[in-house]
Amino acid sequence: MIPFLVVLIPALPLAGWAVNGLWGARLRRAAVAAIACGTVAAAFVASVGLLWWIQRFPLGGGAPGSLPRAVDLYSWIATGPVQVPLRLIVDQLSVTMGLVVSGVGLLIHVYSVGYMAEDPGFARYFAYLNLFMASMLTLVLAGNLVVMFIGWEGVGLCSYLLIAFWYARPQAAAAGVKAFLVTRLGDVGFLLGIFLAFGIFGTTDFVVMTREAAGRLALGGGAATALALLLFAGAAGKSAQLPLHVWLPDAMEGPTPVSALIHAATMVTAGVYLIVRLHAVFLRAPLAMDVIAAVGAVTAVFAAASALVEPDLKRVLAYSTISQLGYMFLAVGVGAFGAGIFHLTSHAFFKALLFLAAGSVMHALGGETDMRRMGGLGRRLPQTAAAFAVGGLALVGIPPLSGFFSKDLILSQAFHARVWLWGVGVLAAGLTAVYTVRAYALTFLGTPTNGARVAAHDPPPSMRGPMWVLTVLAAIGGALGWSFGRPGTLERFLHPVLSVGGEFALRAGGSGVAEGVLVFASVAVAFLGVALGWLAYVRRALRGTILPLAQLLSHQFYIEALYAAAVTRPARSLARLLSVGDRVVIDGAVVGVARTIGRSGEALRSGQTGYLRHYAAFVLVGALLILVYWMWR
Amino acid sequence: MIVPAPYHLALSAVLFTLGMVGVLVRRSALVVFMSIELMLNAANLALVTFARLHGSVDGQVVVFFILVVAAVEVVIGLAMIVDIFRSRETVDIDDVHLLRG
Repeated sequence: MIPFLVVLIPALPLAGWAVNGLWGARLRRAAVAAIACGTVAAAFVASVGLLWWIQRFPLGGGAPGSLPRAVDLYSWIATGPVQVPLRLIVDQLSVTMGLVVSGVGLLIHVYSVGYMAEDPGFARYFAYLNLFMASMLTLVLAGNLVVMFIGWEGVGLCSYLLIAFWYARPQAAAAGVKAFLVTRLGDVGFLLGIFLAFGIFGTTDFVVMTREAAGRLALGGGAATALALLLFAGAAGKSAQLPLHVWLPDAMEGPTPVSALIHAATMVTAGVYLIVRLHAVFLRAPLAMDVIAAVGAVTAVFAAASALVEPDLKRVLAYSTISQLGYMFLAVGVGAFGAGIFHLTSHAFFKALLFLAAGSVMHALGGETDMRRMGGLGRRLPQTAAAFAVGGLALVGIPPLSGFFSKDLILSQAFHARVWLWGVGVLAAGLTAVYTVRAYALTFLGTPTNGARVAAHDPPPSMRGPMWVLTVLAAIGGALGWSFGRPGTLERFLHPVLSVGGEFALRAGGSGVAEGVLVFASVAVAFLGVALGWLAYVRRALRGTILPLAQLLSHQFYIEALYAAAVTRPARSLARLLSVGDRVVIDGAVVGVARTIGRSGEALRSGQTGYLRHYAAFVLVGALLILVYWMWR
Repeated sequence: MIVPAPYHLALSAVLFTLGMVGVLVRRSALVVFMSIELMLNAANLALVTFARLHGSVDGQVVVFFILVVAAVEVVIGLAMIVDIFRSRETVDIDDVHLLRG
């Protein structure tokens, strides 16, 4: 029963992909939508079923009917020492991720039905989206690194396909390629990490790696650090951390539900999940953890600063996502794995909500994303504005919304680790507040900059429904982790997974007073940021000071320019050089052979004159030659 | 032999050469055929000469074979020429050069 349920979770969306991919163009739109949403809904139900089963039958307790930890689908590679089965595992962590992925995925599938209703590529869209769900679910349920990598590559492929969904648009096509190539860079590290893991452990099975990490990896040793950093390279690419973040803002070329699902709630969190899953390994490499935390913190602040000067609404949200992912890496970097997953979950709720709200704004304005051409939409799109407001407040970290709990948890853990990390995190939180207020103000407040907004209205129910569900989740999601002085619900749930193989003790919580001060500080910063944003963008009181700073920021600290000079241009020159070689040498050789044969054929052709007398003469000459040859023997 | 063998062979050679030149030079298909017949008969003469020389009948038997083959060849060849003439109104062999490369 349970193995069947586990297999169903990635298998159903895969079937949905096959059906919609092969016959979707011939089916009615209602059928396509039903198949696509149905498979994801079934996967979600199956995940809930697994959750209930875990609660009812504690894992591996030996009690009758206890959940098997692993489900082997197929013995894929079985050559002596190297054994890689297609294994899915069920534990609290994979079930949590499965619920988030399938749950948010289902909401976004439903939203997409309304959003993509007039698009000619309707069936193709849902086919790709289902394929993505199948890959992502494979990723989170994987039992070893190789199966996880299958899912990893699958989501990368779907990300490319969906970013470049409107492939006739050159920017979209370029963005898709950019996303794929940049994450590829990270994937190189991931692959090397997989090979290293094989070398160290003889397997990439998660259970084995977790169990043996302490034994085989010397604390702070070269092997542990190398493995951790290589895996982090893959995570950094997929989760858009510095300096591999450049693909995410451009990825906004894709349809907005895609941005919500893939580039906010699920795919980009795969990196965080990877690190949490292999926490036992990472805990043996303190240096790597420091690097991860530092990169996360710097990314958080850098991206938040970039969001401040971005005129495009979706790109603001993209930078915001990069920034929040930075928080998650900051969390896992200091060993707060539960906090990282908690923020992953609450971020999935409020960021998806923000993207869906942005999508309904675009839907109302016929595809407009530039905030400079928006304004005053709060009156015409009240429900959307409300949803955006809730999502925004959650993002900023205003209590009692979910974002407050998860972000505060991370910040307090960071404080106990290294104070400077906490400082950077607080700074990023302040910037977050400012850019969020900015986005809301430019979009929904003030006077409309374009007069022809009469037709703008709130989206249809199929789009509003998911938004409301996410609004509620973003608001109350904090209940999952509400913890002052004692571990929260989610942390306790994940404890059995996170405690194996590491010395990471369940957070006992500092003394009530110190906690309270930290909480007060972060809330104060949030409110300060909101106030600053209000002054700057609603009251427009701070014009003069912003401009030069904006100059620096609007070029994203010239990182893109750096990439162009250091990577793109040399690569293009090399490619041009090699293409010359290819054309002249290789093509020359191959075509040359063909041409030579052709020419010799032409030469021989001249003997076929068609005149009988010539042929007779040739026969005579030949006979004479033979005669001569005989006589001279 | 009344006439010594070399003379017979010389005549055979001359006849053969005439036939060969005729095949190469003449344009009328019928004349080419006649030249081919000439060559065949030149070979016949040479064979009979040698048969007489060696005092055996073998050469003369081969002559019979050649005569039969020549007859058959003429039948078929003339049939083809008549056919070509019917469709093209010409027996000039230079006019049938369609099978060129």
